[in-house]
Amino acid sequence: MYEFDWSSIPGALPYLWQGMVRTLQITGVAIVIGIVLGTLIALLRLSKNSILSNVAAFYVNGFRSIPLVMVLLWFYLLVPQFISSLIGRPSIDIRLLSAFVAFALFEASYYAEIIRAGIQSVSRGQVSAGFALGMTSGQTMLLIVLPQAFRRMIPLLLTQAIILFQDTSLVYVIGLTEFFGVAYNTGNRDGTLVEMLLFAGAVYFVISFSASMLVRTLQGKLAS
Amino acid sequence: MISIKKVSKWYGEFHVLKHCTTEVSRGEVVVVCGPSGSGKSTLIKCVNGLEIFQEGEILVDGISVGARKTNLSKLRSRVGMVFQHFELFPHLKVIQNLTIAQCKVLGRGNKEATEKALQLLEMVDLSGHAQKFPSQLSGGQQQRVAIARALAMDPIAMLFDEPTSALDPEMIKEVLDVMVKLAQEGMTMMVVTHEMGFAREVANRVIFMDHGEIVEDRPKTDFFGSPGTDRAQQFLSKILSHSA
Repeated sequence: MYEFDWSSIPGALPYLWQGMVRTLQITGVAIVIGIVLGTLIALLRLSKNSILSNVAAFYVNGFRSIPLVMVLLWFYLLVPQFISSLIGRPSIDIRLLSAFVAFALFEASYYAEIIRAGIQSVSRGQVSAGFALGMTSGQTMLLIVLPQAFRRMIPLLLTQAIILFQDTSLVYVIGLTEFFGVAYNTGNRDGTLVEMLLFAGAVYFVISFSASMLVRTLQGKLAS
Repeated sequence: MISIKKVSKWYGEFHVLKHCTTEVSRGEVVVVCGPSGSGKSTLIKCVNGLEIFQEGEILVDGISVGARKTNLSKLRSRVGMVFQHFELFPHLKVIQNLTIAQCKVLGRGNKEATEKALQLLEMVDLSGHAQKFPSQLSGGQQQRVAIARALAMDPIAMLFDEPTSALDPEMIKEVLDVMVKLAQEGMTMMVVTHEMGFAREVANRVIFMDHGEIVEDRPKTDFFGSPGTDRAQQFLSKILSHSA
């Protein structure tokens, strides 16, 4: 029978917390930039200009057809070169920066599809009503369509955010340590890898599951 | 005020509007009726450019709706429209439904817009409902808010696209009452409706459409007295026997 040894966990908690902060940083940046960029891409995709809508479709389909791990590695190889050619050596951790960029661009492709569906779910009559009051297309989109679309999309956007939160653990491939990385490294060092990973898994579960419950409650509220 | 000249429209091969010509003068109330699919809603939506047309010309207050250089948004801000399905903005409170375009399109200040909105809500008899959301109102109440929303822009004319067709019978009257009041105050109105009682009470002229054509366009007394065509006669006998 395997003897569990949980004793190293309390001592590791400060490091685990630092890791969690990093995880949340990446998640937060990717959500904010992903939603802003995703909205722009969704609008391009719905545009009547076929060049714009094709470019947007290419972006979305491209990112959705490539494994996230690969996107991360690519950006890790690309971003540093790109940045240093622009502004020289940056002071911020280059691995963190490439993780931000990779996750933001990757998530934007998923958010774009959710947002596009949300925009299309708003009835044509609402657009006509905006136009009839003298609003421009831009005003109608911004003041009438998008607020309604986002309200309907909140559960889907949050669900995507939960997936993203878990996916951030993949940054270990570019040597960045976030919550999962810290757990793995300290577990390895102390010879308590099993315990540490079980603990990390429990933390992921508690956070993701509570967030899912929140989404479900929200869904109920929005439906009523 | 509204002048429609030889307007034709096609959906692909389908000829929806055929050389429609008519006129709505300042202060006039014109009712447009006809069987479903006759093109009456399409015609009224052409007047504020919500539908495009391929041939002919529509002038609103002297401005050509179809012309490329026309600022359509500006023109629309001067013409009120009321829809069959109300189309209130569900994410905004009643009061915000009435102020949003005043502020964002006309550039009015919030205070001025709110005052105007409250005044109009009183006119449509919904003063107590300013802070509610549209979903908390009945169909008839929503449509009255929609009328107030259009009036908040101080329109030079009002277009009504089957404003009572989606309403339960007991709510039709409250909406028609508001429209009658408007007509009596001298508002220029073009109204697509089957409510012949309304037409009898306030219309100056009645237009009868069928298969995309304006079949009759006559003063209401003539129209109801002796419809000039069999098609109008048949239509009238059907809806009048139904509503009587």
